[in-house]
Amino acid sequence: MKSRYVEEDGLLFIKLTEDIDHHETEILRRMIDNEVERYMPRKVILDFSRVLFMDSAGIGLILGRYKFCKMVGTQIEITNVKPSVKKILEMSGLLKIIPITAGYQNDFLWNACQP
Amino acid sequence: MIRRYENEMKLEFMSKSNNEAFARITVAAFASQLDPTIEELADIKTAVSEAVTNCIIHGYEKAEGMVQIVARLYDHTLEIEISDHGKGIEDIELARKPLYTSKPNLERSGMGFTIMENFMDEMQIESVVGMGTKITMRKKISSSEEEENKQETNRILA
Repeated sequence: MKSRYVEEDGLLFIKLTEDIDHHETEILRRMIDNEVERYMPRKVILDFSRVLFMDSAGIGLILGRYKFCKMVGTQIEITNVKPSVKKILEMSGLLKIIPITAGYQNDFLWNACQP
Repeated sequence: MIRRYENEMKLEFMSKSNNEAFARITVAAFASQLDPTIEELADIKTAVSEAVTNCIIHGYEKAEGMVQIVARLYDHTLEIEISDHGKGIEDIELARKPLYTSKPNLERSGMGFTIMENFMDEMQIESVVGMGTKITMRKKISSSEEEENKQETNRILA
């Protein structure tokens, strides 16, 4: 996971860089919540461009972050989802509460987040 | 019914969460002999990941035990058995229900069995409380039609 906070826009970009399963979510959960608490952004953007695999643990992770962000008054968005990950997101019904947004990949701010 | 398997493998590992990736990648590599599509391979990986995670967090909870996977190939079909000697499932019907989880505090989605059912063609649960749980899943690999044609051609040529 890599992240970057853009203060002038209040945006916290979180680029997930690993396969998301039960093992990884244990670590990711704490890392993401720490970043949110640290910056208290206006919006959190979870970028899935590097995520090639996700199982139901990822659904729990995203839902948990949605609840956490709601509690601290932050919006949350998902972007750049690969087809295999999208299938599971669609099945879970999660997209009804957190829509997939497009158009961050060409942003210069986004480029600053590239490894 | 007695089946003749074209290939078979057995894998056993400790119920540690860092084995989840190892398990699904191994089964996917074995299944690749059937020449599945990328989507089918992703479905297999996801279903294995769900079943193995269940063994680790529900079957054995905080204790440690062994998780066993048997995978077999026959008639363009992948058959996977994933079992543990953990605590077993008290109410299988309840466990199967979408969104039901016995561990809501762990941020579990309750989607595990629903995903296994949807991503594979068949899914059976056998469980005895105090003895363990065995999940059997089957999936027909569609892209094997090419292989069928090839065999047919070979038969005619022979």
